[in-house]
Amino acid sequence: MADSKLAAPELAAFEIHSMTRASFILRGAMTAGAVYGASAVAPFVSQAVAQGGGGDVDILNFALTLEYLETEFYTVKGKSVGLSGEAKSLAATIGDHEAQHVQALTSAIKAAGGTPAAKPKFAFPVTGQASFLKLAHTLEETGVSAYNGAGPQLSNPQYLAAAGSIVQVEARHAAAIALLIGKSPAPLAFDKPKSKAQVLAAAGPLIKK
Amino acid sequence: MEVLQNMSDAVTENDGPAPMGAVEQLARDDVERKKFLRMVGRGVGAAGAAGAFGAFLAACGSSSKSSSTGSGASTSASTGASTSATASGGGDLAIANYALTLEYLETEFYEKVVASGLFSGAQASLIKKFGHEEQQHVDALISLIKAKGGTPAAKPTGKFPIKSAAGVVKLAATVENLGANAYLGQAPNIKDKDVLAAALSIHTVEARHAATLQTLLKQPISPDGAFAKPADMKTVLAAVKPFIA
Repeated sequence: MADSKLAAPELAAFEIHSMTRASFILRGAMTAGAVYGASAVAPFVSQAVAQGGGGDVDILNFALTLEYLETEFYTVKGKSVGLSGEAKSLAATIGDHEAQHVQALTSAIKAAGGTPAAKPKFAFPVTGQASFLKLAHTLEETGVSAYNGAGPQLSNPQYLAAAGSIVQVEARHAAAIALLIGKSPAPLAFDKPKSKAQVLAAAGPLIKK
Repeated sequence: MEVLQNMSDAVTENDGPAPMGAVEQLARDDVERKKFLRMVGRGVGAAGAAGAFGAFLAACGSSSKSSSTGSGASTSASTGASTSATASGGGDLAIANYALTLEYLETEFYEKVVASGLFSGAQASLIKKFGHEEQQHVDALISLIKAKGGTPAAKPTGKFPIKSAAGVVKLAATVENLGANAYLGQAPNIKDKDVLAAALSIHTVEARHAATLQTLLKQPISPDGAFAKPADMKTVLAAVKPFIA
């Protein structure tokens, strides 16, 4: 983790300059987890968002980094690990989607006057189809919760629309992979958002020098 | 694809009126598939990523306009023409009630499907689970609307053509794809962060349902490719109108 921070400056920067906000959001998200359900939708997001923070371009760059990670996972690792059957075709479809997400986010960041984050180097602890699909499932679930966590923090509704259009596809990926590995495609009635800190905890170990 | 295999097995062993084989046949039947795709209202070719991105940004711009002409807080899903959503709070409440109406219909649909006995085994449990999740969406939206000082929309009475397993899976996929895109269409119009958070957390669950049903139908998991396309209120209400008694 310490190495990953050094090796992925754009993610490290996120962690450092939004530390207070991240821990605050984390607390909010945990509260939400406790009370989310049939009877209540907790007023947690407004608390988290009230902290303000890094701005839309930072959020889009964070999303871009996750999409780089997913794209490399499916298009590079997915080829080298030797997939077959439905896993192979699904990985190809998903990899194509993720690559388009990278392009779209890069364009949006440029259009917003920002500088797209550089693509980090990744290392995936995957040895075969089973471990590939397991990690794929984790990545897609992380992606869904990351976008859902970031959505209410975006101030420009156009970026919210963009993020929404991407996260719906990430959720579809998560469901399809879940079906392939015998997990529930929709385990809960509500997808819980994750803070950047939580997302980094899941994705950080995959980023190397 | 163990789960699906189990589902197929379960249905194949079942002597019900429309085994999974019918669904598989549907997936292979080009004419039926095209009809289905038309029904779902897709069929847009894969544009370049930047183009697709621009398209939905544009769609977003126009949908924020249409929100003010959506259904009123006291709901009128059958017309979608009432315009009580003038205040910004009223806008969010109207959106929440619109979502509630859709969730009511989804819940009733799944209840009737479960009661029909068309499915057994793994497929029946899946349908029951989806229905239960829709019911939780209904409950959560009612709580949210009350918490925000609104009046939850009345439950509409649905009418659904539940005749065969194949037809049901097709209709369910249509409804879930539409539902997901309905949430997507409203997200940028929502001002209140609680309402937005609720909508986002439901939106992706509808997407999961949709992708599961698409997989059962052997259709692409994401009918619009890398970027889901938002559906505005008018389109959605017109599409669900035939299912309101």
